[in-house]
Amino acid sequence: MNYFDQSLSSIHKQLVNKEISAKNLTQQTLDNIKSVDNDINAFITVDDEGALKKAADVDAKGIDADNLLSGMPIAIKDNMVTKGLTTTAASKILENFKPIYDATAVDKLNKLGTITVGKTNMDEFAMGGSTENSAFKITHNPWDTTKVPGGSSGGSAAAVAAGEVIAALGSDTGGSIRQPASFNGVVGMKPTYGRVSRWGLIAFGSSLDQIGPITRNVSDNATIMNAIAGHDEHDLTSSTKEVPDFTSTLNKGVKGMKIGIPTEFMAQGLDDDIKQTVLDTAETFKKLGATVEEVSLPHTKYGVAAYYIISSSEASSNLQRFDGIRYGRRAKDVKDLEDLYVKSRSEGFGDEVKRRIMLGTFSLSAGFYDAYFKKAAQVRTLMINDFTNVFKDYDLILAPTAPTPAYGIGEDVSDPMTMYMNDVLTLPVNLAGLPGMSIPAGFSKGLPVGVQLIGRPYDELTVYQAGSAFEQETNFAKQTPKMGGNN
Amino acid sequence: MTEKISEDQVKHVAELAKLKIADDQLPYFTTQLDQIIGLFETLSEVDTDGVEPTSSVTDQINVMRDDIAEDWHQRQALLDNAPDTADGYIRVPTIIDESGDNE
Repeated sequence: MNYFDQSLSSIHKQLVNKEISAKNLTQQTLDNIKSVDNDINAFITVDDEGALKKAADVDAKGIDADNLLSGMPIAIKDNMVTKGLTTTAASKILENFKPIYDATAVDKLNKLGTITVGKTNMDEFAMGGSTENSAFKITHNPWDTTKVPGGSSGGSAAAVAAGEVIAALGSDTGGSIRQPASFNGVVGMKPTYGRVSRWGLIAFGSSLDQIGPITRNVSDNATIMNAIAGHDEHDLTSSTKEVPDFTSTLNKGVKGMKIGIPTEFMAQGLDDDIKQTVLDTAETFKKLGATVEEVSLPHTKYGVAAYYIISSSEASSNLQRFDGIRYGRRAKDVKDLEDLYVKSRSEGFGDEVKRRIMLGTFSLSAGFYDAYFKKAAQVRTLMINDFTNVFKDYDLILAPTAPTPAYGIGEDVSDPMTMYMNDVLTLPVNLAGLPGMSIPAGFSKGLPVGVQLIGRPYDELTVYQAGSAFEQETNFAKQTPKMGGNN
Repeated sequence: MTEKISEDQVKHVAELAKLKIADDQLPYFTTQLDQIIGLFETLSEVDTDGVEPTSSVTDQINVMRDDIAEDWHQRQALLDNAPDTADGYIRVPTIIDESGDNE
């Protein structure tokens, strides 16, 4: 079973009509993963036994005809804890870690009857944009296996693009859902900060991290969001705001909608094809009755610096918990407790993680705090104000998701500066806590290109509304990688 | 080259973070961190006089809850994750030097 020409509702129909049982569907999904994933490497762990057992349970209870997720096989990024199922965050320091509870987003999906077939590859602790920083394997882009899938949720995006699953959860701290969605020609939503509980998401930058869905189309994405959104007593930054039905605006069109394109996002360094894709998308929205105008977010160029100070500072604090004592990897041949901490961490973390921990420690250290961390937090305020000003007059922002299409494996990974600059278009959305979604909008030399739709805080509805209108007017989301013919 | 961070500082920062950078890796990390900190310094161009720093964008403020311990009944599962255990405890190497010649 591959999911190229499927949607949640098309599979649901087959399950309800008993054309296929949940167990059968799960078995076929696992069989397909076994053959396809040799070339893609999207999964760190595939849970045959657990998935088939859950599927049998769902079959025994019967498929719920009113619930699109009943009996639906999905994948989870390996930085969300799953009870009893190895969770590594793609780090050697957690290689044998078996969590004792489910992340809230995972738990909510489980309760609706989804079947977790496996845990997807990622950059270690979600630090990176190509999934090459995984301690375990390199994931390949299904559109061209010599290219990266993006990251850090590269495994989740590649698994969906390769038809291995119909949907996956990712997490996004500075673009880690949207950029791989763009590189893989799929739909990826980073919800408003606080919309989805972070309980059980292995923390990277706690004021930035959000969990969100990666799917083949906008409607499926909104359906998964309905399942995972909402307040959680275990995450006190999760919002108590009422959660709307995210599918309720999918057919409302964009007539009269005011859309802004930030001039600064279209500036130097942007690939020509990407720029053209954004302009073409703007034309489509105009044709559908929206107005599209240039707007300004003047502090955009300071975003990368502010983001890397803030996210690394938060990471240096969050990653202190990995000490080799209670779980995870412990170094051998140590002389005392201090030695155990230092050796376990030095052997367990990869270079990029060490770099971020050191950058954060430096930015927070005595004598540097005001010049770095505090300054970055003030620039963050100015960036939020920029967005607030635009949203006084505009309903939505349209922007490129990434400055380039997927690049070659091995091209970027040795130079952190280049890697960090690639996040310039996605990370302002995290700094401001806004909802942002990447949707397929074009191609560049055979590789998919996404554009980003950014909404007001807690206004995912408008983002989905515009994304759906665009998707119904165009056929980019229906394209599948060439490998599709081989399955 | 304007040096933002020296090898000695990188060593010190690594120590604070409970990391050990091997001597032959020190130039590599120092060069990279130096570049990135150079980028950080572009923020000094921005006038932030009187601007409040943002540390979180949550809409929740001072959420209170009762301080009640919950028993998850998962003692064994927790211990199974620990690299070294004995008699229901997590075992760690010597913390206090008992050789008697502490100075």
